[in-house]
Amino acid sequence: MEIQFDDEVKRARFPLLAWLTSRQAFWVLLAVCFACVFLSFATSSFATANNIFNVARNFTFVAVVALGMTIVIITGGIDLSVGSVLCLCSMILAVVMHAGYSIEVGMAASLGTALLIGAINGVLIAYLDIPPFVVTLGMLSIARSLAMVASNNTVVFQFGPDHDKLLFLGGGALLFGIANPVIYMLALALVTGFLLHFTRFGRYVFAIGGNEHAAIVTGVPVRRTKVVVYMISALSAGIAGVIETGWLGAVTTNLGSGMELQVIAAAVIGGANLAGGIGTAFGALIGSALIEVIRNSLGLLGISAFWQGTFVGTFIIVAVAFDRIRNFRFPT
Amino acid sequence: MALLELKNVSKHFGAIHALNDVSLSLESGQVVGLMGDNGAGKSTLAKIIAGNFRPSHGSMQMEGRDLSMHRPIEARQHGIEIVHQDLALCDNLSAAANVFLGREIRKGFGPFKILDYATMYRRAGQIFAELRSETRPRDLVRQMSGGQRQAVAIARTRIADARIVVMDEPTAAISVRQVAEVLNLIRLLRDRGIAIVLISHRMPDVFSIADRVVVLRRGRKVADKQVAASSPEEVTGLITGAIEHAL
Repeated sequence: MEIQFDDEVKRARFPLLAWLTSRQAFWVLLAVCFACVFLSFATSSFATANNIFNVARNFTFVAVVALGMTIVIITGGIDLSVGSVLCLCSMILAVVMHAGYSIEVGMAASLGTALLIGAINGVLIAYLDIPPFVVTLGMLSIARSLAMVASNNTVVFQFGPDHDKLLFLGGGALLFGIANPVIYMLALALVTGFLLHFTRFGRYVFAIGGNEHAAIVTGVPVRRTKVVVYMISALSAGIAGVIETGWLGAVTTNLGSGMELQVIAAAVIGGANLAGGIGTAFGALIGSALIEVIRNSLGLLGISAFWQGTFVGTFIIVAVAFDRIRNFRFPT
Repeated sequence: MALLELKNVSKHFGAIHALNDVSLSLESGQVVGLMGDNGAGKSTLAKIIAGNFRPSHGSMQMEGRDLSMHRPIEARQHGIEIVHQDLALCDNLSAAANVFLGREIRKGFGPFKILDYATMYRRAGQIFAELRSETRPRDLVRQMSGGQRQAVAIARTRIADARIVVMDEPTAAISVRQVAEVLNLIRLLRDRGIAIVLISHRMPDVFSIADRVVVLRRGRKVADKQVAASSPEEVTGLITGAIEHAL
């Protein structure tokens, strides 16, 4: 025992620093901070209250979905359907409210749809062993088509008697002038972090991603856990859909198209490992923030928006390459 | 009375007879070396003991009472633990998390239960100390040596009061120094009165630690005798079929 304690002391001379530098999210956070400081000096318009408010709000939708996606990625899966599910959930909310129902009914219908789709994804993946890529690719197509069916491919911008409540939900600022979506995002990130680190469910999520076979033989309910994981992912897309509807005040059937790639990029930049077993809620937020800051800064610096993809793509590769290089330095 | 008794157990997979009419008894504090060539039925027998398979024919008794298991979790409830050949560890989790995987200790009430990290670290630390392993509960399994990984897998059998531990090729893929470590771990378990089934290809391991050696060939038991009364040459002959049956 004494030997163990000695080792502990030797090893942990700068525990906090060692822990921080081993986190990808930490380096991405540094990049975000650096970019913000740079932009504050380089442009006159970045550090204005209005722009910060906008940046903070804009990345919340991606960030909320990235929270769910991170859990999926930790299990070693992927969910390509989130963009379409977001659109379908927005549309269900809009159509139900437009028909004269209250916001509560609309949200219940919308989030219920999300959970149902997540459950279908999860059951197909966990019980029929169909690869997640295939199942969710199919669902990507199905959900968007259902959104078109539900709205007859029209734009919905009138939300019945609770119209104003919905707009406040997504567009208002409840606390200290912080946009409501930002508050939801922070709350959901805390819930996700709590789930991942303090519950048995979270432990199982990491175990499945680390070694699924080991999880099975040690009695982890792998299939049930996977179904719940895909339900959470779809639910996060549904919640983002509801908030985004309130913010935009209108829903079209191309809402959230291509969003799945942005969300996966955010999760990966934030440190989630597509091979499974690694990822954090905080990383999902930071990854999303970085993408939004890049997008915003290109506009402010007068660089064509066409360059956005190049920058985001470079960051994905750099983030993962960074991880590799670190592992070269400290071989295990 | 034997701790676990298998009586005329057979296992068929369609037309394949993986195990044919095998009887075996395990005693507390005894190490049984289970040997045989690939496909001889070692793993099938281990999986029947561990509750993965149900025997097609025959019966099992634990301390004289009939035992029928449908899932591995039921075997655990009866105090039977298996250490898998690949160890079934998650590299991305800490030693303690692996030890308690599937059996996490939680605190709180009703549905609001959270993982009890402190207790799990403490218990895992105690078990590692008991196993005389230098493994630290908070370290990631990714960073561990082969011997330490074995210790983590074996520590799993100690959180519940296991009475039978089946070890599937524990020394197959580790260095010579680590083999000694693992054999010591097995001795520690044996001295605590646990019955151990050691499945191994390595003759020296079985002859240095086992009390009895059981040889399977093509699904049949061809030898079951005290190690002291046998020899590596005889066992080799039994495995390959050069010797038809042990005397």
